[in-house]
Amino acid sequence: MKFVISLHINPAVLDALTDEEKAAIGAGHGAFIEELKASGELILTQALVDPSQAAVVTVRGGQPVVTDGPFLEAKEFLGGFYLIDCEDKERAIELAARIPDAAIQGLGVEVRQVMFSDGQLEA
Amino acid sequence: MTGPLIEDLLRELAPQVLGVLVRRHGQFDDCEDAVQEAVLAAAVQWPAEGVPRNPRGWLLTVATRRLIDQLRSDRARREREEATAHEVVPEEVPDTDDTLLLLFLCCHPTLTAASQTALTLRAVGGLTTAEIARAFLVPEATMAARISRAKQRIRAAGSSFAPPAGAERAERLRVVLQVLYLIFNEGYTASSGSRLHRPDLAREAIRLTRAVHAQLPADGEVTGLLALMLLTHARRAARTTPQGDLVPLAEQDRGRWDREMLDEGTGLAKASLGAPELGPYQVQAAIAATHADAPTAAQTDWRQVQALYLILERIAPNPMVTLNRAVALAETAGPRAGLDLLAGLAADPRLAGHHRLLSVRAHLLERAGEPAAAYEDYRRAARATASLAEQRYLERRAGRVRPAG
Repeated sequence: MKFVISLHINPAVLDALTDEEKAAIGAGHGAFIEELKASGELILTQALVDPSQAAVVTVRGGQPVVTDGPFLEAKEFLGGFYLIDCEDKERAIELAARIPDAAIQGLGVEVRQVMFSDGQLEA
Repeated sequence: MTGPLIEDLLRELAPQVLGVLVRRHGQFDDCEDAVQEAVLAAAVQWPAEGVPRNPRGWLLTVATRRLIDQLRSDRARREREEATAHEVVPEEVPDTDDTLLLLFLCCHPTLTAASQTALTLRAVGGLTTAEIARAFLVPEATMAARISRAKQRIRAAGSSFAPPAGAERAERLRVVLQVLYLIFNEGYTASSGSRLHRPDLAREAIRLTRAVHAQLPADGEVTGLLALMLLTHARRAARTTPQGDLVPLAEQDRGRWDREMLDEGTGLAKASLGAPELGPYQVQAAIAATHADAPTAAQTDWRQVQALYLILERIAPNPMVTLNRAVALAETAGPRAGLDLLAGLAADPRLAGHHRLLSVRAHLLERAGEPAAAYEDYRRAARATASLAEQRYLERRAGRVRPAG
């Protein structure tokens, strides 16, 4: 079964972390990725740039309108995700709990099953 | 011989050669690598240079050489392996029950079901890592990592090639059948994704189950599982519309069912009931055979289906079985009786919020003349499923009973 584990970050919370804490998160993700590769459960992972770099695109009257900044008026934003293939939802939750973000107040980790896939992995 | 024929031949021969190698040298992981390399070499050479006179002997010779090359790097073993390298390879691979032994090894209890499945498809099914990765929609590297981990774990568990005996054998056979059924189900109804069928996987599961059945023809559960797969697979063409939408059993065009496959499945299902012990696959096959016997959905012998589900509930209790019995009960005693049976299931944590429970309840509510409640359950079921085809079907049903306004 495929799951997306999405990482919801609060840029203010990330900024408030010490350099050591930031390094620990980075190292934690590195170890997590290696572990997932070894178990054959990693499909891919992607990290997104800071939400301040986002652009919102709408089409009004047939004309595209582009505005700077994220779409949501929120504190937490999608920071990246893991796409994994594992046995069941319990295993996906177990893996998600090992992500360093899960232990930090203000950073969120969410697990949802994939319902439809297309692209290279469907080839 | 053309490419596809050579592929079929290799798929058939690879497990046989692997069986001989493992029997002779042990070390499943090294042997498996060597056979994969020999198969690869054959896939390149045979189409260009022609299939050798004795393809099995050819594969065994090449695989043995590869294995010896690998083992040679281990200095301590050098002498013994030199001797083996000079051994004359027999013309014919002995005809033994290696398929079953390989299956027992691949369905090793220390592996997860996902790894058992992948390893079975590669070592016994002869599928390449790329093919298995495609079937499960994961990158090849991911599947390669999983297979190599599985092989390491078998090695760490100190597995020998000795067939399990006594109670352990029966238990391992149960796992083997479960893995084959898992492969079949993944092919029959993909657990998620846009396509409902992956017929290659279902066909592969049937082929492997046939191989087990050829070796254990008297085992009721093996016969029952093969019958169940054939009876289910025979309905494949009628299960979806050309657009890929799900067609429920009651609405399927039975003229599109594969009669020949149904007849074979029905024959096996009947034969399996003669076995001394009755297991869940046999009963499920008998249920599928009852459906196959009915010329139209309305003529289904629901009393027999209901009775068979009662037996299944007794020998393999499971809320999903009770759920299915509620469907049969509703056909003989009316939708209210079915709903009453479901009411007792709703509290079971294994089923709470499960889309199957919600969709069955929605069907029965619709038939009981409660469209508003049916609509709510259809919508909730549609949200709970991970299959797009099923979601479309449930949304369509919801649309039919949507309350006005």
